[in-house]
Amino acid sequence: MTGTIAVAKAAKLGIVLAAALTLAACSSNKAADGAGGMGGAGAGRFGAGGAATPGSAQDFIVNVGDRVFFETDSTDLTPTATATLDKQAQWLGQYPRYAITIEGHADERGTREYNFALGARRAQAARDYLVSRGVNASRLKTISYGKERPVAVCDDISCWSQNRRAVTVLGGGAGM
Amino acid sequence: MSLIVPDHLRRGPLLSRRAALLGAAGLATVSALRPMAARAEISITIDRGNFQPLPIAITDFGGADPNLGAQISAVITNNLRRSGVFAPIDKKAFVDKAAGMDAAPQFESWKVINAQALVTGRVIRDPSGRLKAEFRLWDVFAGQQLIGQQYFTDPNNWRRVAHIISDAIYSRLTGDKGFFDSRVVFVDETGPKDNRRKRLAIMDQDGFNVRYLTRGDDLVVTPRFSPNSQEVTYMSFGGGDPRVYLLNIETGQREVVGNFPGMTFAPRFSPDGQRIVMSLSQGASSNLFAMDLRSRSTTRLTDTNAIDTSPSYSPDGAQMVFESDRGGAPQIYVMPAGGGGARRVSFGEGRYSTPVWSPRGDYIAFTKQKGGTFAIGIMKPDGSGERILTEGFHNEGPTWAPNGRYLMFFRDAGGSGGAKIFMVDITGRVEVPVPSPAFASDPAWGPLLG
Repeated sequence: MTGTIAVAKAAKLGIVLAAALTLAACSSNKAADGAGGMGGAGAGRFGAGGAATPGSAQDFIVNVGDRVFFETDSTDLTPTATATLDKQAQWLGQYPRYAITIEGHADERGTREYNFALGARRAQAARDYLVSRGVNASRLKTISYGKERPVAVCDDISCWSQNRRAVTVLGGGAGM
Repeated sequence: MSLIVPDHLRRGPLLSRRAALLGAAGLATVSALRPMAARAEISITIDRGNFQPLPIAITDFGGADPNLGAQISAVITNNLRRSGVFAPIDKKAFVDKAAGMDAAPQFESWKVINAQALVTGRVIRDPSGRLKAEFRLWDVFAGQQLIGQQYFTDPNNWRRVAHIISDAIYSRLTGDKGFFDSRVVFVDETGPKDNRRKRLAIMDQDGFNVRYLTRGDDLVVTPRFSPNSQEVTYMSFGGGDPRVYLLNIETGQREVVGNFPGMTFAPRFSPDGQRIVMSLSQGASSNLFAMDLRSRSTTRLTDTNAIDTSPSYSPDGAQMVFESDRGGAPQIYVMPAGGGGARRVSFGEGRYSTPVWSPRGDYIAFTKQKGGTFAIGIMKPDGSGERILTEGFHNEGPTWAPNGRYLMFFRDAGGSGGAKIFMVDITGRVEVPVPSPAFASDPAWGPLLG
């Protein structure tokens, strides 16, 4: 079921990449993984084992970390964020077969329109940093979801801080 | 269909406007009934300080189908009550239970229940199968008829006739244009909040006659109505990159607006309906562009490293208000519609977003964020006279009624719930929920039908 959803989503986006299928195939999780392409794939999904195949999407999510977080209304990369992006750049250098989409997201405390622009800025900040760390720009594509796809749903800071994020999604169809 | 308006019964601008409007729609025809008395005396002046809604008695319309007559009366009653300008009197209090169309009312029996105004009416099928609706509006204390009109329409359009009658009453007694005979495009929301299914939908301004315009396969947001065609512009994630689209709501035909190298969002029509202005995101910045729908040529309007978004034209098309964080936090700016020379107009405490110019030109509505609250407010186009209409977590996205005297917006209390649409008048005195089948956001109020 998970695979079907992921493939359908990939097809809808005009993306048919092995990586997307790998992500779906490796996932042992439930239907919520349908949101995986929208940053719904949290690091905790795969349990504590971390026995992911090196070079797999699961490996990237579990052992590298697929997302960085931002302060309120900020698009600046925090030291934690740059540390994660350093690891991402290294991993992406090691596995050059992946095209990458960086999704920018905002929390709900902003207007819809402004948050699309804010999400785009966050994705761009992560993209620019990865490029500065040697990832080929032609592999990278950005998209903003504004506040449309929160990962955490509540009305306090514990959720908002998880939703202000840039997620590096493998198999995002760069060069489209 | 013919328009039967005897010259000696023409009532000037109101009737002419209606007649033109209805003629164009091919929906209904209107003609004036012979007045049973001469001049008007009551009127309502809405000012903020002390305002009492006008007590009005709206009788069930007579005719062969009492059920339909009662339904029309109920739609008019609901409209007038929701406007906050009128206080419809409970039918149970009526002394004269049999007031009809044909004789002058027994005014004493309406005075005793303090009805200032009285509406009587009748609805029948004429021999050709059309619906014929007639009504009279009376000034009870002056003992005079203020309006007498009749409408012919398809029986399926009985709600519209009720809205048109509501507008005639509202307009006659307030001196303002009406707004009831209008529709609202909005985003219907279902499913879990972290993976919402969003569909474009359209409804009458009172929340009835909901029809879905998209299927929900693609994420859609921020629809805006064309001022003069059956078209809606909105942002959709349909083809990978999120882009601005144009949708014909009658034919279902849809197209991408412009060929821009990046995400386009926050679209809005020009007042003449010939252009769409929107934001284009490139790199870390978002700038404003306009596209001419006839020539398909695009014009860059701003060129900054900032986020410029939510553009909205002044009703004369000469100026544009928009939101920008070029000075740090989001604020409201006004510039010539062709770009250049932007001037900041919002200076209150907080962040200002989603400015929308009133169709009357007298106010700009906005969303204001301060601390943890999101307010809907209005200000004059020079930024003075700010008035907060509603406040709390989380109000957003005002849209103007066609008469510029009401706004709709959406409110989402956060958590796992969802948004609902509300209507507020520009004094902030009257706020009512707009019914919707599910969660609903991003309302866009269309023009008066016609």
